[in-house]
Amino acid sequence: MMTNEREYSSDLEGTSFSNEQSDLVWDHEDVLDLDDFTVQEIETVIALAEQMREVLDRRIARAPALRGFTVINLFFEPSTRTRASFELAGKVLGADVISVSADNSSVVKGESLIDTVKTLSAMRADAIVMRHSMSGAPYLASTYTDAAIINAGDGSHAHPTQALLDIYTLKQRLGSLRGKKIVMVGDISHSRVARSGIWGFSAMGAEVVLCGPPTLLPAGLNDNVHVSRKSSNLPSVQVETDIDVALDNADVVMALRLQKERQQGGLLPSLREYSKLYQVTQERLSRAKQSHVLMHPGPKNEGIEIAGNVASGSNSTIEEQVTNGVAVRMALLYLLAGKGQVGAN
Amino acid sequence: MNSGMAVVLDNVAVDRTVRRLAHEIVEFHNGVSDVVLVGIQKGGALLTKQLIREISNIEDTPVKWGTLDITLHRDDLGLTGLPSAPSGSELPDIDNRIVVLVDDVLFTGRSVRAALDAINYLGRPKAVRLAVLVDRGHRELPIRADIVGKNIPTAMGDEIQISELDQRIDSVLLRRGENQ
Repeated sequence: MMTNEREYSSDLEGTSFSNEQSDLVWDHEDVLDLDDFTVQEIETVIALAEQMREVLDRRIARAPALRGFTVINLFFEPSTRTRASFELAGKVLGADVISVSADNSSVVKGESLIDTVKTLSAMRADAIVMRHSMSGAPYLASTYTDAAIINAGDGSHAHPTQALLDIYTLKQRLGSLRGKKIVMVGDISHSRVARSGIWGFSAMGAEVVLCGPPTLLPAGLNDNVHVSRKSSNLPSVQVETDIDVALDNADVVMALRLQKERQQGGLLPSLREYSKLYQVTQERLSRAKQSHVLMHPGPKNEGIEIAGNVASGSNSTIEEQVTNGVAVRMALLYLLAGKGQVGAN
Repeated sequence: MNSGMAVVLDNVAVDRTVRRLAHEIVEFHNGVSDVVLVGIQKGGALLTKQLIREISNIEDTPVKWGTLDITLHRDDLGLTGLPSAPSGSELPDIDNRIVVLVDDVLFTGRSVRAALDAINYLGRPKAVRLAVLVDRGHRELPIRADIVGKNIPTAMGDEIQISELDQRIDSVLLRRGENQ
């Protein structure tokens, strides 16, 4: 047989090639964090997201691959974009999507997380998208249900779908993340976006730099040296408390929201001082590469961690991130459904 | 090559059949000015390119064409293990035009159903026709082809294999199923 010849069989529909049944690599029943994702799995999500983006950009944005599947958004914390994004992702793919927020649910009457998850599971939810203020809550939930659990943010621990949409957005802008310097600036210690980002960006070969005031850097990272995997559990990152040094020659700058709701401990002298020392401004960005990409996971406090003109400038990908977020979540729902978990009920 | 494999169409026969299909498409539609050929990924997409080459030999008007990915419109997600990756659709405007769906093998009809569903979300054609290289029978849905290259009687367990060479369909083979 010649090398450029190949055969495919029509065992199903005459369109499936026998030697490339599926080029997708995926082995997850839940999406809890990126720490257990292989590079191939991340690339699978991104490749699928590109196809989903094509669907999303159509005049009639609809492809009913998930019809009959039920996705329940269970949000114990406020959210605009993540929640709307999952709702849209499910609906574009034809799933039934219901959103439950804790403040008008039986949680107010004292129902436990486990009972709430069991209840939704008994209603034949195929996937539960969960946001909770306690780190690890989705892991607990996943042990009490057959539904796929997708972590939409747990405490200060993880926000895997955000990291995936950031990787997708960066691949669109930069082609590859290998060797790129990605600087995350701000409230690292409370940031689940930063933690999932560290896993994802490192896996894709980027050099991750964290920058913030020492009180907002997690213990074990803020000693200005490369931290070994052993002491921190996270991949090696570089830590820099001086923003001007951190931004030097950066390919990507990601401003993180100063989480005012998690600042009761007196970690900052004042917001004014914080913004003076750490706000991402046009002037500071002049140290980064001219073609740098500016990101923010949102919601942003303009005038605190990011200057308004920077957020809406030409290097900013903030709105692309939002659109790409829908595509990435479509890809994840599709993969979980195909795994036979969604719809198993 | 495996034993029990019979050549149904060799490369010369494939070329002849494609040429006839091209003529029939042109004749059926009185030219191609209104027609959009839409190849179902991926065998149909290969066949579409072959058809375009043939049509360009007989018609002055270039024929409009595109490819259609039906992965997200299939009805077997979660039933057959890991889904396949969509390869994307690229279509010209199909509103008020005649879409000729092109596929390599017509079998259960489920691909065509999915393609009709996908078309439905992409525009409103004046009409949709179906042209296939091979019809092997065993329909599970009320669907038939308007233009057929070759009818091949098969058993349910048989397998039609299409061999691809240099981005085109080279030959069609039939492998008999086990229980015969």
